[in-house]
Amino acid sequence: MTVPAIDMNGVWFSYDRTPILEDVTLTLKQGDFLGIIGPNGGGKTTLLKLLLGVLKPDRGTIKILGEAPHDANHRVGYVPQNTDLNITFPISVMEVALMGRLSRSRIGKRYSRNDRTKVEESLKKTGIWNHRHSPIGRLSGGQRQRVFIARALATDPEILLLDEPTASVDPEFEMDLFDFLRELNKKVTIVAITHDVGVISRNVKSVACVNKSLIYHEEGQITAEMIDMAYQCPVDLIAHGIPHRVLPTHREK
Amino acid sequence: MWEALQFDFMRNALLAGVLVSISCGIIGSLVVVNRIVFISGGIAHAAFGGIGLAFFLGFSPSLGAALFAVGVSIIMGAVSFKSKHRADTIIGVLWAIGMALGIILIDLTPGYHVDLMSYLFGSILTVPGSDIWIIILLNLGILLTVIIFYKEFIAMSYDEEFAFIVGIPVKPLYFVLLGMTALAVVMTIQVVGLILIIALLTIPPYIAEKYTKSLGGMMTLSSILGIFFTLGGLWLSYSYDLTSGATIILVAGVGFFIFQAVGLLKGRGGITR
Repeated sequence: MTVPAIDMNGVWFSYDRTPILEDVTLTLKQGDFLGIIGPNGGGKTTLLKLLLGVLKPDRGTIKILGEAPHDANHRVGYVPQNTDLNITFPISVMEVALMGRLSRSRIGKRYSRNDRTKVEESLKKTGIWNHRHSPIGRLSGGQRQRVFIARALATDPEILLLDEPTASVDPEFEMDLFDFLRELNKKVTIVAITHDVGVISRNVKSVACVNKSLIYHEEGQITAEMIDMAYQCPVDLIAHGIPHRVLPTHREK
Repeated sequence: MWEALQFDFMRNALLAGVLVSISCGIIGSLVVVNRIVFISGGIAHAAFGGIGLAFFLGFSPSLGAALFAVGVSIIMGAVSFKSKHRADTIIGVLWAIGMALGIILIDLTPGYHVDLMSYLFGSILTVPGSDIWIIILLNLGILLTVIIFYKEFIAMSYDEEFAFIVGIPVKPLYFVLLGMTALAVVMTIQVVGLILIIALLTIPPYIAEKYTKSLGGMMTLSSILGIFFTLGGLWLSYSYDLTSGATIILVAGVGFFIFQAVGLLKGRGGITR
């Protein structure tokens, strides 16, 4: 049996004694495409940061492809939610994408020809190659998102983690993006946080809902239980296979 | 001005001005993009404690300043990691304590009357030839470090979290940056004094950032601007018999407002950009 892509066991995490995640257990096999839904502040981003090793759990264990999270860093690609950090920073699209080729073992060395070829490929894949010389601050939010996805792809990841990849993207690219991710999923395990449940139902293989605890559904269906747990607020919720039938958006507790 | 060049002290002053402008351009750019202006101000002022200690114990004030500056930069770096929310308060406290300690130590030094003004506002005209060599060495050290770790510095400065994720040792790199800032500060004390250092570290990079497309470009342009400000200020202070450090900073300040106005007229945005 192959190692699971992600293996979380009884993971607890809190910020200044405020519990964020409680007893999260999740096993994701390689090649899966997991969509994560849940309310704002429910701990979705925290979950990704635990998987990346940026945060350390208070209790429980996390294995990424059988390794401790931060040891697996060269096998995981990450697309952050916030792409407008440091917008006045003098840096070109190419230089941002090249960051994906950084690694601990090659500190202090120049980027190689291979690095540049890899970055060229990924910038072309996300359709932003023509802007490679532009300062990052001159791009639109959607264009910047493409650069950040290209940067993650340039790491040649076995697992790709995306935090709200459609948050600042034009709708047209949103469609492209998920076609693109489905294609990529043939080789790469994908975990994507998204608000758009419609996107999930059309694209992902499995679903998890995070709101302090985590519910996982292997078949990619959003269960009533998840909706109960996740949403006390309106969402653009469209039922799978039934276009434009909107499920109840408000539930009183 | 030209006839002044036959004096050793004037040649040393020019050389020191140029060299310090280069390291201020490089380090200042990193200071500005990493938003550690306040820490560098804290390092500069706390370094005065080391100057006081050096007088009290009778060793070289530059060495004292360097020891204190590096020590304080390490403490401030650790604090800014440990207690993010109150880091600025603690930096402010160290800033004041360092200065007070320096002055009390000088008070306690028997029979010695130190010209405090030369440390507070610089004394570029009294840089000895031996110090020029130290400044050259420090400059080379800073330049080499930044060249070797250039792509890592970019990554840390632009997106620290991502840099950490791909395996860059962000913390050690941050301390290297603070250490280099401390050394740049010690060099600059001679030229503009510890009170005015912040201006030379921030004004050239702030202007340069708007006209460059890369961090390296920003560093280069900052260094060039710094050289213009320093030499311009030096010339004015010589011609009109003004305090050199303050004149240099005012020239930089005029540059700051001119570029700001040009930026506004061109619609590139001013302070709020």
